[in-house]
Amino acid sequence: MALKLTESEFGIERDAEKCISCQVCVRQCSNDVHDFDSDDDTIVSDNQSCVGCHRCESMCPTGALEVKEREAQFKTNANWSPEHLKNLYKQADAGGVMLTSMGSDKPYPIYWDHILFNASQVTNPSIDPLREPMEIKTFIGKKSNKLEFEKVHGDEDKSQAKNILGGTGKVSKIRLKSKVSPQLELSTPIIFSAMSYGSISFNACKSLAAASSEFGTYYNTGEGGLHQDLYKYAKNTIVQVASGRFGVDIDYLNKGAAIEIKIGQGAKPGIGGHLPGEKVTKDISNTRMIPEGTDAISPAPHHDIYSIEDLSQLIHALKEATEWTKPVGVKVSAVHNIAPIASGIVRAGADFVSIDGLRGGTGAAPQVTRDNVGIPIELATASVDERLREEGIRHQASLLVAGSIRSSSDVIKAIALGADAVYIGTAALIAMGCHLCQKCYTGKCNWGIATQDPYLTKRLNPEIGTRRLLNLLRAWSLEVKEMLGGAGINAIESIRGNREHLRGISLSDRELDILGIKHAGEPW
Amino acid sequence: MESKNEKLIRIRASERKRSRSTQEYFSRYKIPSGCAIFGIMNESGNTFSGQQVIDGITLMHDRSNGLGGGFAAYGIYPQYKNDWAFHILYDDTAAKIETEEQLNKKFKVLFSEEIPTRKTKGVEDPPVIYRYFLKSAVEAAGEKNGGNNSDESRFKLLEEDHIVDFVMKINVSVTGAYIISSGKNMGIFKGVGFPEDIGNFFRLEEYKGHIWTSHGRFPTNSVGWWGGAHPFGLLDWSVVHNGEISSYGANKRFISGFGYECTLSTDTEVIAYLFDLIARKQKVDLDLIHLILASPLWDEIDRMPADIGDMVKNLRILYGSALINGPFSIIVGSNDFMYALNDRIKLRPMVAARKDDNIYVSSEEAPIKFVCPEPDTVWRPSGGEPVIGRLKKSLNIKVK
Amino acid sequence: MQGSHGNKIMKNIFIQEEYCLGCRLCEIYCQVKHSKSKKIIKAFKKELVDSLPRVLVEEIGYNSFAIQCRHCVDAPCEDACISGAMVKNKKTGVVICNEKKCVGCWSCIMVCPYGVIKRDLSAKKIASKCDLCEDEDIPVCVKNCPNEALKFKEIDQKELVDDRSESK
Repeated sequence: MALKLTESEFGIERDAEKCISCQVCVRQCSNDVHDFDSDDDTIVSDNQSCVGCHRCESMCPTGALEVKEREAQFKTNANWSPEHLKNLYKQADAGGVMLTSMGSDKPYPIYWDHILFNASQVTNPSIDPLREPMEIKTFIGKKSNKLEFEKVHGDEDKSQAKNILGGTGKVSKIRLKSKVSPQLELSTPIIFSAMSYGSISFNACKSLAAASSEFGTYYNTGEGGLHQDLYKYAKNTIVQVASGRFGVDIDYLNKGAAIEIKIGQGAKPGIGGHLPGEKVTKDISNTRMIPEGTDAISPAPHHDIYSIEDLSQLIHALKEATEWTKPVGVKVSAVHNIAPIASGIVRAGADFVSIDGLRGGTGAAPQVTRDNVGIPIELATASVDERLREEGIRHQASLLVAGSIRSSSDVIKAIALGADAVYIGTAALIAMGCHLCQKCYTGKCNWGIATQDPYLTKRLNPEIGTRRLLNLLRAWSLEVKEMLGGAGINAIESIRGNREHLRGISLSDRELDILGIKHAGEPW
Repeated sequence: MESKNEKLIRIRASERKRSRSTQEYFSRYKIPSGCAIFGIMNESGNTFSGQQVIDGITLMHDRSNGLGGGFAAYGIYPQYKNDWAFHILYDDTAAKIETEEQLNKKFKVLFSEEIPTRKTKGVEDPPVIYRYFLKSAVEAAGEKNGGNNSDESRFKLLEEDHIVDFVMKINVSVTGAYIISSGKNMGIFKGVGFPEDIGNFFRLEEYKGHIWTSHGRFPTNSVGWWGGAHPFGLLDWSVVHNGEISSYGANKRFISGFGYECTLSTDTEVIAYLFDLIARKQKVDLDLIHLILASPLWDEIDRMPADIGDMVKNLRILYGSALINGPFSIIVGSNDFMYALNDRIKLRPMVAARKDDNIYVSSEEAPIKFVCPEPDTVWRPSGGEPVIGRLKKSLNIKVK
Repeated sequence: MQGSHGNKIMKNIFIQEEYCLGCRLCEIYCQVKHSKSKKIIKAFKKELVDSLPRVLVEEIGYNSFAIQCRHCVDAPCEDACISGAMVKNKKTGVVICNEKKCVGCWSCIMVCPYGVIKRDLSAKKIASKCDLCEDEDIPVCVKNCPNEALKFKEIDQKELVDDRSESK
């Protein structure tokens, strides 16, 4: 037996009193942790292979299993952490880049948890969202500088105008003359972020598509192309054009409600993508328009975009191709220079800018990049919104922010910092069952999400996935309304960029300054 | 040699050491307040004395707490009706000297004086308040060239932008000076005290105007600063406001993108800028303004006939950040109209009435009945339903 | 074709094989349901030595599905039964084997087109088959399927017949 330097991260405790040897755990583990010995009628578990996804624990009918995180048994060392040691052993074994998945788990400051929201007292009545209208409808797209109107001739229907417009009948004679830029209409300021068919299973894609369609919001195809069976959700689909151009043709562009050019991703700024050939099944090869079994490599940059004017060309080429009928946005990761970059993107003609922060998720990324590159989305949101306002171009593009939006409170804080809407990826996967074991890159997802193995993908019934995602959207929307009402506000647009309703807690002056908020205890 | 006025200013300045910090306080914190508002307009443009509006606001004494009262009057300076009329508060001589230096650079000062006041119990420690009648240097230059400006409205817009810039600059950069009024043939009179006392202090019964609005303030702080009282004005706009704007931060950020800087952190200031941006600069029809500031609910928009609904929807999409959320009732004055509006779910009181050519708007019904015992109609506008009094024929204020 | 009973609509279990995980929890819960104590640990540790689940997960490669008695409209097992133990309830459409009457001749097993009747040797020799958990609102296999691969819903019995002819 080879020398084993790394220790198992998890310990599986099996209560022999409770275990009925039904072997559900054996059948459910794609990592072959559990083994049934028919001679003894017992099951033995191999801690070493366990990834801590808790699938067996969830499925065990008698509650006999417990997967516990084991404390590393290395000699305590504040400098050489167990993680350093483990990585060193692994790298010395394999000699490669350490891969990981999902968002960074390093203890960087999470500013959401240092921001407090406001509520009304006395001087201003709070509003009960269960009994009064509470509007969270959101529009994504370029807002023109101003609108032009014209007067129409003919008899005005005063009675009707008075009824619908409260008062001045003259409105019934005024009509909009300006042509308005295309907009995405969101029933809630939450969009499912880019996750490709390939990085996640078809059933996961279908759940996202169906849920966004039913709820009246959008999902993003990622760089995976658009599977034919999902065409029926086209109205709620944001199609992505990334550096590999997988699945991109004119039908794909025309199918989408909006187009997003992907430059970067929060988990791996400056890094491309790589879907290994074994995941490129027949279906995926069709959808991505590449030969079956070949690696799908997305280059680090777009090789036709080496500068901002190249980006502008692509934006306009895509708009031209789709006859200016849909918003075209650009997704970038939050890097140090994000404010001027975003400004450049807006000036290049993007209708929306998507910014993905340091803690954003991924199907696979080098650990060194994921954990060390970029900035938190809270700071990026604040500084981009501020910069665009200063330059007087904030209205020219909507701001979508992403990178670990974990709850409805993160949503409302992001909007108050200046976002128009948020993208949620990890949160949506968790709603579908993901347990954040961070092993997506292995393709052995026991929850049937980040895998193409037909034995595993059927574990996610899209009917259940859709229902759970709908529940998530509904729950968060209700909570956003609750918070808005508490602050005496009945429309989401009145909280957008309204940092007066935020206060920092335990933050330095510099951090408060960048976030553009006062400290808790400071009045208006 | 020190003139009599300058001496006076110097003496007052020593008594008013607190004032700078007060102005700073106002620029730092947003102060919520409850209030009374009252306005009268004669749509034929006939002028009447300020006594009526003082009588009206006096009746709502209990809605204010003595920490602010004020009036806006239109049509009061007919002899200078085509010239800019500035009302400026000074804390000290230095501020006055610095401001006048700037005024002289940008304008031709036609006439200036300290605004006549009378000693009034309850009005204490007033700053020095001056008024100036001015021709802008651009305008004066235009006259020299024989007034050869083909595009009058564009020139007007340009000139108004200059005024806005100038007012912002003085209010932000000159400590101790504050321009409270900057329109034509109109003026704002305000201070710390009950509105009836402020009216008496400024001898408003001696002025005659065709629109009068007034305000009694009940701020939830105890700091009194004359500049912080209502009405708030910019160009011809004056705003009196009862309420608290929960969307303040969103509104402020929206207009900041168009170059408006909120110097006071009062809700009211934001409303004036929104009006200036939307109605003056972007020329959105007055009949559409309520669809922006107190936009209908999406449900209501969905039920509208398609073409109107489409317009209202796009107004809301574009001007979403201009929606004023939270309880408010406002009266916005201008030379040509008086515009009153409630928030869209009517969280603040507002009553309107009409008698012949007169239109009345008030926080309560009693003051209307007091100054006009038998109105033709009295109504309570719904949330988001504007009351607009329009001048039947424009008073024809020209650029030059 | 008209069934011999009046009501053509019955509630039955449907299989969505594309979502069957092959975890066999349906089998486990079925066994518990038909155990003496109905307590999972006790049933497995002490009671169910040789007993069989009445639902069976069929599995080839990654394809699997759970199958149990289809409660056929024409119910060949009812015709074949020599002791009158196998009876299709005219009202509910459910085919039940009356274990007291069953003599263990296995005629039903031979005629069953789905192979879902088993020999239960644990107690006395009887034909063991799905009873749709008549005393439950939802059969336990359906209720406990973690992926909703089994559904319990109303169906026109005619479709059942079509279903069978297709599968042949």
